[in-house]
Amino acid sequence: METMQNVVIRFSGDSGDGMQLTGTQFSNTSALMGNDLSTFPDFPAEIRAPQGTVAGVSGFQVNFGSSEISTPGDEPDVLIAMNPAALKANVGQLKKGGTIIANMDAFTDLNFKKAGYESTPIDTHELDGFQIVKANITTQTVEALKDFDLDSKSKARCKNFYALGMTYFMFHRELDATMNWIGQKFGKKPILVEANVAALKAGWNFAETIEASIVRYEVKAAEIGKGTYRQVNGNTATAWGFIQAAQKANLELFLGSYPITPASDILHELSKHKNFGVKTVQCEDEIAGICSAIGASYGGALAITTTSGPGIALKGEAMGLAMIYELPIVIVNIQRGGPSTGLPTKTEQSDLLQCMYGRNGESPMIVVAASKPSDCFEMAFEASRLSLEHMTPVVLLTDGYIANGSEPWKIPDLSKEFTKITPRLVDRLGVEAEGYQPYARNEHLARTWAIPGMEGFEHRIGGLEKAKDSGNVSYDPANHEEMCHIRQQKVDLAAENIPLQEVEGEESGDLLVISWGGTYGATHAAVKKAQEEGLKVSLMHLKYISPMPKNVESIIGNFKKVLVPELNLGQLVNILNAKFHCKAKGYNKVQGLPFKISELVEAIKTELK
Amino acid sequence: MSEMPTYKKKDFVSDQEVRWCPGCGDYAILSAVQLAMTKIGRKREDIAFVSGIGCSSRFPYYMNTYGMHTIHGRAPAFATGLKTHNPNLSVWVITGDGDGMSIGGNHLIHAIRRNVNMNVILFNNEIYGLTKGQYSPTSQMGLVTKSTPFGALDRPFTPGSLALGAGSTFFARTIDTDPKHMQEVFLAAEQHQGTSFIEVFQNCVIFNDKVHDAYTNRLTRDDHTVRVEHGKPMIFGKEKNKGLVLEGFTPKVVTIGENGVTEEDIIVHNEKDINNANMLCRLEGEGVPAPLGIIRQVEAPVYDAQVEAQINEVTEKKGAGDMAKLLHAGDTWEVK
Repeated sequence: METMQNVVIRFSGDSGDGMQLTGTQFSNTSALMGNDLSTFPDFPAEIRAPQGTVAGVSGFQVNFGSSEISTPGDEPDVLIAMNPAALKANVGQLKKGGTIIANMDAFTDLNFKKAGYESTPIDTHELDGFQIVKANITTQTVEALKDFDLDSKSKARCKNFYALGMTYFMFHRELDATMNWIGQKFGKKPILVEANVAALKAGWNFAETIEASIVRYEVKAAEIGKGTYRQVNGNTATAWGFIQAAQKANLELFLGSYPITPASDILHELSKHKNFGVKTVQCEDEIAGICSAIGASYGGALAITTTSGPGIALKGEAMGLAMIYELPIVIVNIQRGGPSTGLPTKTEQSDLLQCMYGRNGESPMIVVAASKPSDCFEMAFEASRLSLEHMTPVVLLTDGYIANGSEPWKIPDLSKEFTKITPRLVDRLGVEAEGYQPYARNEHLARTWAIPGMEGFEHRIGGLEKAKDSGNVSYDPANHEEMCHIRQQKVDLAAENIPLQEVEGEESGDLLVISWGGTYGATHAAVKKAQEEGLKVSLMHLKYISPMPKNVESIIGNFKKVLVPELNLGQLVNILNAKFHCKAKGYNKVQGLPFKISELVEAIKTELK
Repeated sequence: MSEMPTYKKKDFVSDQEVRWCPGCGDYAILSAVQLAMTKIGRKREDIAFVSGIGCSSRFPYYMNTYGMHTIHGRAPAFATGLKTHNPNLSVWVITGDGDGMSIGGNHLIHAIRRNVNMNVILFNNEIYGLTKGQYSPTSQMGLVTKSTPFGALDRPFTPGSLALGAGSTFFARTIDTDPKHMQEVFLAAEQHQGTSFIEVFQNCVIFNDKVHDAYTNRLTRDDHTVRVEHGKPMIFGKEKNKGLVLEGFTPKVVTIGENGVTEEDIIVHNEKDINNANMLCRLEGEGVPAPLGIIRQVEAPVYDAQVEAQINEVTEKKGAGDMAKLLHAGDTWEVK
């Protein structure tokens, strides 16, 4: 038995093999056993890609440990390969000396060819240095279920639970949570409950009988802050953050959306919660998604729209309209690999500049970004708060990596946190109907919000330039210039209403790493590691990008060098250099994959050489 | 709740100067709508006009109600969001043949398909006005415009047929030269539960003048239009002696009193009958009249009402949502 601080395990198979489910079960069990963890589901865009091919491989990686876990891990310690393609796709990333559990039933001539192997890679030099655990997972599952009144295909389908059972033995996991889950999932078909539980136990027993040939690990519970925890992924946390915001603003939540990967899960989640008064409209297209939301916003809703990839391009014109209307709306963009259709199921950070500037005319808006799955709750709440209090559209950026990834989340005490949003509705502010000026403003240049149904506040809004205060159509040149300035200043002034920027590490030093969005886990861990090695490096992770916290410039000034790692070809780095002339350098990667901690540590060291 | 005020037309006139070309058909439609608003039994603050882009889409600025001038073609989507959020509002979409039939065709058919309880008025002048005179998706083939100097080659849409194809529950057609008829149609539209789609034959004096002349000209209009009313025979003509009969599936114009044709032979308008509505929208040919009036009106589930009902139903079943409970639902664990 080996005690490990953390273990990275990757479940991998055909996209129909149930690997996402298996990985999720493993994560849930580990979370319940007190480990800190981070997950990374990685699957093809096709629902059932060609069986047995590398393109069809679906993976789920989980990093769990007894200390702080901030990413799903650079290199798996253990790979479960349900077929040769899964081996081929992943063996290059496996840690030296790592373990491969191979489903030998799928290692057939036909499958070798499909995966691009000449013949079996097992017992060849290709796998030198790895521990190979050979298991006839499919036939043993069918054998274990021989007394069940099920056809052999249905029996074979239980093989993912057999594999899961093996890993539960190897890592000392408890079976209860998964058995409960199976009971709930298949409750209507008792025979499937029994069969899957039997497969799970058979896998455990098999691993126990071959104990001599496999290493058994122990990963103790992590020491983390007191409280009640749950697992959450980014999309769920985003959806919940908006419900919380609507409740605290005392407004109805309205979502206008069009299904698109990987944003659709927010639509799914919000559609469940009708008893919170949430209205969701699945629209005819991306444009109607945002337009219906703007309509609802004019009507007094906390209105949001969700999208990804090319969807954000389609929404551009309506975003500009919401900007000149000065109505509250949150546009959620779950960034994915681009351009165009790009890599729908992969992650990237390449929409920042489009969200900042991608509209006709001078069209500033607030842009915020969530840093990790659980942070999506906070940033959805924050995006709503800023939108409602400053009467402006807000873009909330997340990405495929944190949207689908999950982690333990200390459930916030809602009586103390996320408690207050003050919408600028005329009845709540006590604005008089007599002589109402829809575009009169407060000290932050935010206008007031009068909605249909309110007597005496009837007014018209439009996409044509408006006269200051009255909002009537105006083509006056000087007025147009003034209005452009006002709308920009309004966004800038939101900086008065956001927290000051924090720095991880010393307030000054040789190198400041500036990151934003879903790369936080990796940049946080890399900077920490570099600090432990004695380097004078600190991390500034930006969650508020437009406007930035007021102290960002002075922080940057305290460091000799600035490094900006991004999953794009350099977007924030350009904004920083344009704004602060800080000669920041980019460290960039666009592979549809998140950063590895090791590559960032390397980049930091290179920068400080 | 304050009492329902008695309104005069001027109560619906905004303080903005109307800027359509002198002689534009839009003036008459604006006036008819303002008059209709005094009769629909809704408070001014509960009425919202939503438009896209184009000459007709300036409309909301001139109405002293709530209003949104939005972006090109998307008004039905904005209106769907507004009405779904607040089903109590009386929502009116103002669009034109370019805005509604071309760039916004998708949103229009989906609003109609969902049967959102709102009214859509399509100003059909068969031309692009605000962009200065290009042919539109309802222009007749061969029309010579700036962008079709040798004649338009596209086949035009028939707005009524498009709406019926999308499952329209209310389709009516009226004409900008008949204020009384317009008001009647607008009132009926407001009373209808669901998307009421109204095509108004509207004249553009600058770029497509007299396009509807046959239907508006005193000398020709009675012989070129037929006023349809539910339960009444389709009789028309200066002498009120022409009518429509079916020959197989094909409508044909006959003269009552000739060849043994009597009033009993004339088709009786049935607004519930989809075949009748389809036939009316597709009337064409020499001497065949254009129908005006409510061509189709049927009851069907209304989207925004159903959204509301589903929320109430689920809330009744599950109880009002509790955020703390939601966050603690499912697997949780305690760290001590």
